[in-house]
Amino acid sequence: MRVDVTLKRGIADPEGATIERALPALGYAGVHSVRTGKAFALVIQSDSEAGAREVATSLATRLLSNPVIEDAAVTVVGVA
Amino acid sequence: MSRVGVVVFPGSNCEHDVVGALTTLGGRAELVWHAETDLAAYDAVVLPGGFAHGDYLRPGAIARFSPVMGAVAALAEAGRPVLGICNGFQVLTEAGLLPGALQKNRGLTFLCQPTTLVVASTRSVLTRAAALGQELVVPINHFSGSYVCDDATYLALVERDQVVLRYRDNPNGSRGDIAGIANEAGNVVGLMPHPERALSALLGSADGRVLLEGFLAAADDAAGARALVAAP
Repeated sequence: MRVDVTLKRGIADPEGATIERALPALGYAGVHSVRTGKAFALVIQSDSEAGAREVATSLATRLLSNPVIEDAAVTVVGVA
Repeated sequence: MSRVGVVVFPGSNCEHDVVGALTTLGGRAELVWHAETDLAAYDAVVLPGGFAHGDYLRPGAIARFSPVMGAVAALAEAGRPVLGICNGFQVLTEAGLLPGALQKNRGLTFLCQPTTLVVASTRSVLTRAAALGQELVVPINHFSGSYVCDDATYLALVERDQVVLRYRDNPNGSRGDIAGIANEAGNVVGLMPHPERALSALLGSADGRVLLEGFLAAADDAAGARALVAAP
């Protein structure tokens, strides 16, 4: 499982802004709206993919992200 | 005399300053380990500054699940004074005991400097002894102290007189220059500046006194109310 946590739209992202400001000096033109976030990789044992997704979504909302300022997206990367 | 519990999370580092400050002001304060689940013996509680659980994930994100937090919520619900300073403020927002969140400072700089605060409300357990509009010099010491919340929350905070302290010169990008807020009842307060480090003019400022004296008076009131309830 993969959980991507990103700042909600409208929440200032000083890290993203700093990265964006550095890009022209490196010769990258036309790159904008740089946003930073965190990615988490987890293995969840479950009877079903839906069950695993439910667990991931729950912990992504309760712990991995702060819903006041962040969004969390859950992706199933693979099933073993 | 009231008893104030000062919670120690793994990684807290201002707990002794808080106990020292409250004791200097004539209060009775004791350290309480975060694994404690019963705070019934305390009239008030302080969540001190530091880096609870290493600030891993986000400041306060793991501390909010510490065993003690259920008891902190119960104390808050009972109307007793609860104060979160710096990291403690971050823990209170993560725990949902105060609205909004603390984001990285605008400019991504760790800020360690005196700031001038303006008392925006005296309706809280921290600011009850101060005067509205009074300016207080209190140091800040944080990386994630920029207060953020959505429009509806901000309007509600202002409408219900929950903004208790504002920065005169906003150092970190906080919405509305907010340095500290209270819950609607005024008994739960969080602020980024450190009043426990502003007790002596010789060491920079004594302006933290009026805040912590107010908090101790609120703790004494809570103790008095409990004594009345306990009396046959």
